[in-house]
Amino acid sequence: MSAATGGTEALVSSAAAAPVSVVPVDSDGLAVTTRELTKRFRRQLAVDGLGLAVPRGSVYGFLGPNGSGKTTTIRMLLGLIYPDHGHVALLGQPIPGAAVRVLPRVGSLVEGPAFYTYLSGRANLARIDAADRTADPGTARARIGAALDRVGLLSAAGKRYRAYSLGMKQRLAIAASLLKPRELIILDEPTNGLDPQGTREVRALIREIATDGVTVLVSSHLLAEVEQICTHVGVMRTGRLVFQGSLEELRSRGSLRIVVRTAQPEAAAKVLAGLGLADIQSADGEVSALLASQTPEQICRELVLADVGVAGLETPRPNLEDLFVGLTGEGFDVDG
Amino acid sequence: MSTADTATVPAAGPADLAGAGAGTGTAARGPVPAWLRLFRSELRLIFGRLRNLALLAAVAALPVLIGIALRLAKPQGAGGPASSFIDQLAGNGVFLSLIALTIMLALVLPLTVAVVSGDSVAGEAGSGTLRNLLTVPAGRARLLSVKYAAIVIFALTACTVVVVASLAAGAALFPIGPVTLLSGNTVPLADGLVRVLFVTLYVAAALSALGAIGLAISTFTEHPIGAIAAILMIGLISEVADNIPQFAVVQPYLPTHWWLKFDSLLRSPIATGDLLHGLLSFGLYIVIFCSIAWARFSSTDVTA
Repeated sequence: MSAATGGTEALVSSAAAAPVSVVPVDSDGLAVTTRELTKRFRRQLAVDGLGLAVPRGSVYGFLGPNGSGKTTTIRMLLGLIYPDHGHVALLGQPIPGAAVRVLPRVGSLVEGPAFYTYLSGRANLARIDAADRTADPGTARARIGAALDRVGLLSAAGKRYRAYSLGMKQRLAIAASLLKPRELIILDEPTNGLDPQGTREVRALIREIATDGVTVLVSSHLLAEVEQICTHVGVMRTGRLVFQGSLEELRSRGSLRIVVRTAQPEAAAKVLAGLGLADIQSADGEVSALLASQTPEQICRELVLADVGVAGLETPRPNLEDLFVGLTGEGFDVDG
Repeated sequence: MSTADTATVPAAGPADLAGAGAGTGTAARGPVPAWLRLFRSELRLIFGRLRNLALLAAVAALPVLIGIALRLAKPQGAGGPASSFIDQLAGNGVFLSLIALTIMLALVLPLTVAVVSGDSVAGEAGSGTLRNLLTVPAGRARLLSVKYAAIVIFALTACTVVVVASLAAGAALFPIGPVTLLSGNTVPLADGLVRVLFVTLYVAAALSALGAIGLAISTFTEHPIGAIAAILMIGLISEVADNIPQFAVVQPYLPTHWWLKFDSLLRSPIATGDLLHGLLSFGLYIVIFCSIAWARFSSTDVTA
């Protein structure tokens, strides 16, 4: 492992300066940071100069189409894959250098659930807990029970993993990340393969985790699945970050349109053109245009002054799904 | 094999201490109890698995079958490595353990060790459970040391099962009494059994060396079947090469060359030269292949 930490000298030395017994204070208030993170698999550049910044206490939606490099990034965050270039820090500590110290405070689910099929759900969690050198064996039974209860698997705890449904498997994997109090939880596609009911349950669970002040990084290829719970988003495309910021910032990137419902679309269109609005589109009893510096109030006044009957006027919020697709490209254009 | 245990445990030590200092402070426990907890979990996994139990059951049944076969028809002028023991068997059932070990070292015992060692890392990688353990984090050095220690325990268990089953079958099928050694002198039964115990440990050490090769191969793949086949193939090629006179120069360096030298323990005085050569060979194989396993496992990307 020491060979792999060679590239993170700066981070290592700053971490070493802090007293080891104290939880390091992260001056930036970031739970996850990466700088210039790069990973190449044979000829394919999987992750290319990635600079993630996940604020503490946020629910960070890590978005991108399948194959855009999300899982590779998450594996690098957790020290499973060593980057070719760049730095990773979790909770202010370098990865993989300080992985042994940091990861006990990080719960994770990477690329779908994976357990021993011939063991029960409870025995599987016991196995994971036994691997944790910071876990207290005296409280293991109680903690495993509590984690199973939290994901609603207590009644199926004695069943063999083999007999679990996909939703139960996914929930067991989330339970594994909840075996101890965590400061950061990283969930890779936690709703993958779940029915709408299961997706809703996972969403509710994430929301509940986040209310305790835990930072959650949740990846998904579907914006709609995480949009309701995220405070921040990062959008990846072909190994690069094409957007990062709060959900509001993402929305504000969308072009705001004004929609006028009127019985006189031609006259309305003329007024809008007179005000200098671009991309005017007339449809059945409706005219819309791209809003630039003009305020809706001003436009309404001009319409009324021009004797155009205004039945309705609105500035609909930009559709996040459209913005997302705009950032990541339409489907099927396989990256690489 | 005990040298390997003590060599690998402290390797995880410094990291453990650092982890305890900066961790969430749930438990102020040393690295040794934590290592033992994971080790117990690993043993439960291996000995709780039906496949491995079936292997041990087969390993227990075979000496009984060999005993019955030799009781029914004593081979006349049989050649082969076990012949000197077979000559003694009619007079003393203790020798069934040595016959069984000799015969089973050709294929059955290497197979059981190949299954468990080949599965050790590759099985976890193939099922994806490796990423769970590493993100806990189990620690790569710690996990590998636990895996190897469990392989050694399984090898020792398999040898013990063979010896216990053959002693029981030997006692039931043949007379039991003072043991006439290969050198011609006779020692009391208790002395003979102690010698059998040392033979068991020697064979377990031999299989632990194969287990180290298996552990190393297991870190190179996500397919346990491929790893198991490769380990078995290495064992068989080594045995074949060991029987071809033209390869005499390399034979002392083959992993299986010293396996049957345990017959030195059944002479008086004990011929320690061959035994020490054998133990040195096993020790070197363990050190070299555990190092390869560590070099690979500590630097590899876990993408499964």
